[in-house]
Amino acid sequence: MNYTPHTEEEIKEMLAEIGVKSIDELFADISEDLRARSFNIPHGRSEPEVVNHLRYLASRNSTSLVYFIGAGFYQHYIPSVVDSITSLPEFYTAYTPYQPEASQGWLQAMYEYQTAICNLTDMDVANASLYDGGTALYEACMMTIRINGRKKIVVDEGINLIYWNMIQCYISNLSLEVVKIPVKNFGIDRERFFQQMDEKTSAVVLQNPNFFGCIDDYSDIVEYAHKKGIIVIESVYPLSLGLIKTPGEMGVDIAVGEGQSLGIPLSFGGPYLGFMATRKEFVRKMPGRIIGKTVDKKGRDSYVMTLQAREQHIRREKATSNICSNEALCALRALVYLSLLGKEGLKEIAQLNLDKAEFTRQQLEKIPYLQVFRDRPTFNEFPVILPESADVVVNKMIEKGFAAGFPLGRYYKGMNRCLLIAVTEQRTKEEIVKFAESMEAVLCS
Amino acid sequence: MQLIFEKGREGRRGFKIQRSDVPVKATIPENMKRKTDNGLPEVSELDVVRHFTTLANRNFCVDTHFYPLGSCTMKYNPKFIEGVSKIEGFEDLHPLLPQLSGGGILTQGALELLYHMEQLLCEITGMDAFTMQPLAGAHGELTGTMLIAAYHRAKGNKKKYILVPDSSHGTNPASAAIAGYEVIVIPSDKTGVMDIDEYKTHLNKEVAGVMLTCPNTLGIFNPRIKEICDLAHSVDALMYYDGANLNAILGKLRPGDVGFDIVHLNLHKTFATPHGGGGPGAGPVGVKEHISRYLPISKVVLRTDGTFFLDYNYSESIGYIAPFYGNFGVIVKAYAYILLLGREGLIDVAEKAVLNANYVRSKLKKYYKLPYNKTCMHECVFSAEIQKKNGVSALDIAKYLIDKGIHPPTIYFPLIVKEALMIEPTETESKETLDSFISAMIEAAQLAETNPEGFADLPANTPVSRPDEVKAAKDLNLRWRKE
Repeated sequence: MNYTPHTEEEIKEMLAEIGVKSIDELFADISEDLRARSFNIPHGRSEPEVVNHLRYLASRNSTSLVYFIGAGFYQHYIPSVVDSITSLPEFYTAYTPYQPEASQGWLQAMYEYQTAICNLTDMDVANASLYDGGTALYEACMMTIRINGRKKIVVDEGINLIYWNMIQCYISNLSLEVVKIPVKNFGIDRERFFQQMDEKTSAVVLQNPNFFGCIDDYSDIVEYAHKKGIIVIESVYPLSLGLIKTPGEMGVDIAVGEGQSLGIPLSFGGPYLGFMATRKEFVRKMPGRIIGKTVDKKGRDSYVMTLQAREQHIRREKATSNICSNEALCALRALVYLSLLGKEGLKEIAQLNLDKAEFTRQQLEKIPYLQVFRDRPTFNEFPVILPESADVVVNKMIEKGFAAGFPLGRYYKGMNRCLLIAVTEQRTKEEIVKFAESMEAVLCS
Repeated sequence: MQLIFEKGREGRRGFKIQRSDVPVKATIPENMKRKTDNGLPEVSELDVVRHFTTLANRNFCVDTHFYPLGSCTMKYNPKFIEGVSKIEGFEDLHPLLPQLSGGGILTQGALELLYHMEQLLCEITGMDAFTMQPLAGAHGELTGTMLIAAYHRAKGNKKKYILVPDSSHGTNPASAAIAGYEVIVIPSDKTGVMDIDEYKTHLNKEVAGVMLTCPNTLGIFNPRIKEICDLAHSVDALMYYDGANLNAILGKLRPGDVGFDIVHLNLHKTFATPHGGGGPGAGPVGVKEHISRYLPISKVVLRTDGTFFLDYNYSESIGYIAPFYGNFGVIVKAYAYILLLGREGLIDVAEKAVLNANYVRSKLKKYYKLPYNKTCMHECVFSAEIQKKNGVSALDIAKYLIDKGIHPPTIYFPLIVKEALMIEPTETESKETLDSFISAMIEAAQLAETNPEGFADLPANTPVSRPDEVKAAKDLNLRWRKE
C-alpha cells in the first residue's frame, strides 16, 4: 500500500511540464556509483496484516501484570477525554506554529499549558515543554551556568538515578564539575550538602519527592543557596503537587519534572513530557519554545512564539539549547488532564495516592521479616527492607502476577535488600491485600 | 477567545475521582503541605471538550489543508498508525520491566519490535547499527556529535572543529557546540551546494566532523558527495548525515554506501508519524561498525535462543541520552508505516515527492526568482526578490496563501536565500492540489504587480491577522493570572 494519488496520465503530464522523459531522470544527479547497493525491505503488507503482526508483538508483552512499580514513571488513570482531544487531527497533524494566523488553536493551548505549569509549581513563567524529565533537568543545569557563569553543580543523590546518568552523559564534553552527595537514610544529607555549596557552585539539584519516595521541605537549603548566589533546581512529580509544598513555596528558582503522570501513558518509555518553570528574571535564559500573548493590528488577543532570538534557528551555535521541536502533543495531554481534574480533583487524586500507599504500608507491616521504611514522610512510593535479595523477591512476585517494585540494589550499592514500592490510585484495595499476601507467601516460603 | 482558566464556575467538576476503597486517611507533616491555590480550572467535561475542539478548529493541519512547509515533510499520516501504539501491551508497558529479574520475558514483543526497527533502518540507510533512543531530530544530532567526540577521544585525536555548510539547519551548529566543538561555516557555491574549494581550505587535522544535509536545504543533491566523504576521512574526520531530507532518496541512495559514518533520521518526517503541533518526534541514530561501540546505553540484543534482552554493559558507550529506549510510541507508528509501504512503497515515496517538487518548481519559475535553477529533489526554494521590489515580501505571500486555505511554505530559510520560500509538497499530494497551490502562488505574484499594498491587510479571513511580535517580546505576557 502507498498513499501517492498519481495516475499514469498525471505523471506523464507532470513529466512533460518539467521537461523530462521519466521520473528516473529527476534522479540523474545521483550517479550510478552512488546508487543504493541494496534495499532489502520486505514487500508492503495490507493494513490488517500489519495490525495483526503488531497485535502479535503486543501479546508477547505483559498485559496482566499488576504494577507496584514506579521509580519516576507511574500508571495513573487517563480520562477518555485526553485521548479524544489529542486525537483531533487539527492538533495531531499540525506542526510548529510558525504562522500564528494558521495556528491560534495550538498557540493558545500552549499558553494555557504554560499557565497550568506555572500554577501547579507556583512559578512565574514556563516554557512550552521539553523532551522529558531528564533532559529538562540537564537543560536547567545548563541554564544556571548561563545565568551565573559558575561551573559547578551539586546534585543530591535522591534525584532519579536515570537523570543523574543523563546529566553525566550530556556534560561529558563540557568543562563542568558535577558533585553528587550521597543520601543518608533515603533522604538528603543536609550537613554534607551545605559543605559543598560554595562560591564556585552554579546550582544545586534536588528532587521532591525524591527517588525513594520521601518528601521534604527544602526551604532551608534554598535560603542558604541564595545567600551564596547559588541557583536552586528542583525536579518534581507534578501529580504530588496537589498536596505537597511547591517549588515556588520553597523559593526554588527553576522547577522541572517529568509530566508523564499527567495523562500520558507509560508506553515503554516514551513519548513523555519535560516541563520547566522559572522566575521571571531568568526567562531569557530559558531553553525551548515560549508562547506569548499579544494583540494583532485590530487589537484582537493573539498568541505567538516569542523570544525566538534565544533559539537555534536564529542564534545557531550560541543558542540557549539545540532543541528545535518540543513535546506539544504530550503537553496538550497534560493540559487537558489538569483541566478535567481541576482544582479539587488534583487534590483528591493526590490524597488518594497518599492513602493507598499508606494502606499498602500497613498491610506490608503485618509481614514478619519485612521492614517498612517509616523514618521520613513519603507520598505514593516508599522503600521496604526485605530479608533477602529484592531481585529474587521481585522475580518470584512476577510469577504471582505482580511487578512488585524497583529493586534498589540495581542502582545503589548496599541496597540489595531494598525494594521501592509505588502505589497509585489505580490499585484497588483487593489488589493491595493480595499483593501483601503474595509478598508474605514469597518471603515465608 | 476565552482561556480555559476563564471558563467554568467555582465548584464545577470535569472528572469524578473514584471514592477511596481503603480505610485510611493519611496525612503529611504541616510544613511539607501545599498552602497555595493550585490555580486549575473548575470546568465540566463538556466545557473541556468544547473549549479544545474550538481551539482545534483554529489550526491548519495536514488533514484539512495543503501544508508544503519546507524541511518538515508534512505528508499525510495514515489513520491506522494512530491506533497501533495504543494496542494493549504497548501503551501500558512500564519501561523498567526489562530491568527486573524475570521481567524481560514480559516485554519480548516490545524488544523484538525495537530490534526489527533497527534492522529496517540499517537497511534503509546502509548503516551497521542503530540506536532508537534520541527523542527528536535535534536530539539525534546531539547524540551524533557526542558520538563524534567519543570516537576521537578514544583514538586520542585532538580535534576542535565541526564543519557545516551555510545552508544547514540551526540545530547542527547548536548541537556541535554542546558536544564541545567550534563550528566553521562553509559557504555554498553557485550551484547551491557546499563550495568544495572552501571546504578543502578549512578541512584539516583539527576537524572532528562534517555535518551535511543531503539533499541539502535548498533541495539540491550534491553530486560530489562521495569525494567530500573521502576527503573528510583522509583527515580522520567523521561524516554526519542530517536525515531531515531522507524522504527524497529512499531506495535511491543510502548514506552508508557513500561514506557517511553517522546518520540521524526524523521518524515524524520520513515515516509519517504525526507532527503533533511540534512533537513528539523521534530521531534514531545509525552508525557504521567503527562507531557502534560508543552508542548510548542500552541496546537490544538477540540471544541465540531467539529471545531478546537489553545490554547495559558496554564500557565505551557515551552513556544515557534518554531515560529508556526512545519515544517508543512514535517508533511503533513508524514501524507500522514501513511494513505497510514496504520496499516498493518507500521507493515510490521518494519518486513522487521529487516529481511533485519539480512540477511546482517548473510551474512557478516564470513567476518567482529561482536562485538555483536546476532539477531539485523533494523541495524547491524560491525567492520573493522580484516581488520585494514592489514591497511584497515572502511573509506577505505567506499571509496571502493562508487566506486561500493553504499553509505557507517555510519562509526565510535557508538563510542564504533572500526572501526564501521553501516548498516541500510531499508525495501524498495530488496534482490537482498542487495545481490549486500553483494558481494561488501565481495570483499572489500578479497581485504583487497590480496591487502590492493589498497584502498589508492579509490574511483577512483568519481569527487574527499579523499579531504584533515586537510587543510580544517586549511586554512579555507568558501566562494568565487571575485579576
